[in-house]
Formats: sequence, C-alpha cells, structure tokens
Amino acid sequence: MSSQLFQLLRRDLAMLLLGGRRGGTALPVLFFLAVAMLFPFAIGPDARLLARTGGGVIWVAALLAAILPLDRLIEPDIEQGMFDQWALRGISEEWIVTVRITAHWLSFGPPLMLASIPAAALLGLDSKTLSSVELGLLAGTPGLAALGVMVAALTAGLRGGAALAGLLVIPLAVPLLIFGAGSLSTGGSSGIALTAAVSLALLAIAPFAAGAAIRAARG
Amino acid sequence: MQACRLIASDLACRRGDRVLFRGLSLALDAGQALQVAGTNGIGKSSLLRILAGLMPAFSGSVEHEGAVGLLDERPALDPQLPLGRALDFWRRLDGSAKPVDPRLGLAHLNDVPVRYLSTGQTKRAAFARLIGQSARIWLLDEPLNGLDNEAARFAEALAAEHCAKGGICIVASHQPFALPGMARIDLADFVA
Repeated sequence: MSSQLFQLLRRDLAMLLLGGRRGGTALPVLFFLAVAMLFPFAIGPDARLLARTGGGVIWVAALLAAILPLDRLIEPDIEQGMFDQWALRGISEEWIVTVRITAHWLSFGPPLMLASIPAAALLGLDSKTLSSVELGLLAGTPGLAALGVMVAALTAGLRGGAALAGLLVIPLAVPLLIFGAGSLSTGGSSGIALTAAVSLALLAIAPFAAGAAIRAARG
Repeated sequence: MQACRLIASDLACRRGDRVLFRGLSLALDAGQALQVAGTNGIGKSSLLRILAGLMPAFSGSVEHEGAVGLLDERPALDPQLPLGRALDFWRRLDGSAKPVDPRLGLAHLNDVPVRYLSTGQTKRAAFARLIGQSARIWLLDEPLNGLDNEAARFAEALAAEHCAKGGICIVASHQPFALPGMARIDLADFVA
C-alpha cells in the first residue's frame, strides 16, 4: 500500500511540480508576482498606503493563484479512467486525494512563500510584516490546497466546471483569508493559529468529501 | 495460481429511469470464459462495470475471488507521457517485473507520447497494462475495437492463454470473439 502511494505521489509531483505536464508551478507563481507588481501601479507610489495594504494583497493574490490549476487536478484522471483502475487495485479515493493534496500544496505553497519575498519588496513591506505573511501562508496554504482539490473533485465533469470551481473556492476560502490577512493587523500569533486551525479542519474534511464526490461521479 | 471465481446473482441495471436488464445471473470458475453479446446500448459496458464493482447494481449481488482487471475504451495512460513511461507507472504500481510482451508490437513506440498513438496502438498499450496487473479476472469491454486483424487474433490468443492459466475472462462485444470453450449470453434475453 505505502509503495503504491509513493508511486502515486511520484506521478502527481511529476505532473504538478515545476515544468509539470499539467501547468506546473510557473503559472501560479508568475500570476502571483504579476498581481504584486500591478498593485503599486494602480494604487500609486504612496509607500505608507502600500505597506499597510500590501500584506492583504499578497493574501488575495495567493488565493487567486491557488485557483489557477484547479481544473487540471482531478478531472483529467477521471476522464482517462485512472480512478477506475486505481479502484480496481483497491486504492481508495481518500488516499489518492490525500496524496494529490500533498502534491498540489508542494506545487504552489512553498513556491508562493518564496515568491512572497520579491512581492514584499515590490509592495514595500517591512521584515516584521513579511515574516507574519510567510508564517500565515505556511499555515494557510495547506488548507487552500485541500479546499482546491475538494472543489476540483466536486466539479469534475460538470459543464463549465473550471469557472464553477473558482466561484466555489472563493467563499469557502474566506475564513482563511480573514484569519490569515487579519493576523497582519492584529499582530501576534493568534491569527496565524486560527488560520492553521481552519487549514487543519479543511485537511481533515477534504479527502472524504473529494473521495465521495469521485465515487458519485462514477457510474 | 490460486483459485478465482466470479458469481453474480439476479443482477439488474438501471440507467436514469430505464431498467436496462434484470434477472441476470452468472457463475464463472477458474479457466472459464464468457462472451456478453447484445446490440449497442443494451448495457454490456454497464454489466462489466457492475461486475468490476465500479457501479452499483440496481439489484442483485456480485462476489468475486481474485483481483479484477478491466480493459475498456479508456486506456488510463497519461496522454502527454511517452508510452514507455506511461506503462512504467502501472508496472511500478502493480509491482510487475514482466517485460511488455513483444508480440504486442509496442517496442518501437516507447518514445511516442500516448496522445499521438492510433486507436489500435492505444488498445494494444491498454492490453500491456492489463497483462502487467496480473489480475485473475479479466473484464474486456469491446477488446477488438480499433485492432487490425493480426492484433485481433493476438488479443484472442492472449485471452485464451489467460484462461488456460486458470484465469477468468468476460468479453463484452457485439463482434465475434474466438475463444475455445467460451460460453455466450445475449443481453437481449434479460431486457426488462
């Protein structure tokens, strides 16, 4: 079983990581940096205003960047019959989804945390805000990954599933955004702890919700 | 090889609000083969998916002893990957040490991405995946689709070899499928 899961993780990472066959890391990271670059143009060169709003911008950009690869997370594998073959081999959908959440997070979480450093420079954030942003992203992006895979499984095979997935993720990600971005203004670690709590809840629910969705879509 | 068996009793299948067939029972022991015949849309693929446990039966039950391998119209091979690597994924997952059967004629296609393969080549690749799985029960859904005459004879030979080694083979096809000792049921007899 564990060796099978390792093979699945290997395949998922080859698909999703840098230069992967399903878009990879480059697209979300470039999108994220583009938002961080555009924002000062739109707001103007007021350094104080930028520094005050910059952390929130990074959070919104990270959330939107995480939505980009959703339509390629689950649907192609259902279409190609991969999930049927895994089911025949007794690998449960819950495990497959757990592995995919891990791979999805690795493909955008750490890269976005790295990209936050240049983004913070573009927005003129000080080092204290940057470290809160990084900690917040570390706590929040696993939840975003779980949410993304769950919604991708729920909308797989639907007409206009990609657009629908984006629309579904945004309201469900609001708690992460409130606590994550909120931790910047309140300071301290309580906001980050709440972000992590929301993440953990999402991580706990997602494999079962997505597994049930994949089984229900079969037929 | 250990024993394998497939027993289905009193199966009914419903798609939407239409019952496709009902009252279908079958029992297969090691080495036996069965062809499921019937016109398009009568429920052959649905029957195979029910037998594989991928689709719930509307009523009735399925029991099987031994792993189930399914070959249908979807090859379950990554379209972007070269064929060799796409097959390697399944070989590693199944822990298969067997090399791909040279008679499948896939050796020269190893570097070709799966999406560039023809229908028949994809089907042959799917056979390679199925063989690597070493499942005792084979469910073949229209296995001859897209295969040329030579490959079709070879597919029949593969199924015969599988049964000779004590496996079970169920073929859903509207085409004739030559397999010695194969029983045949016509789904038209079970239409609700």
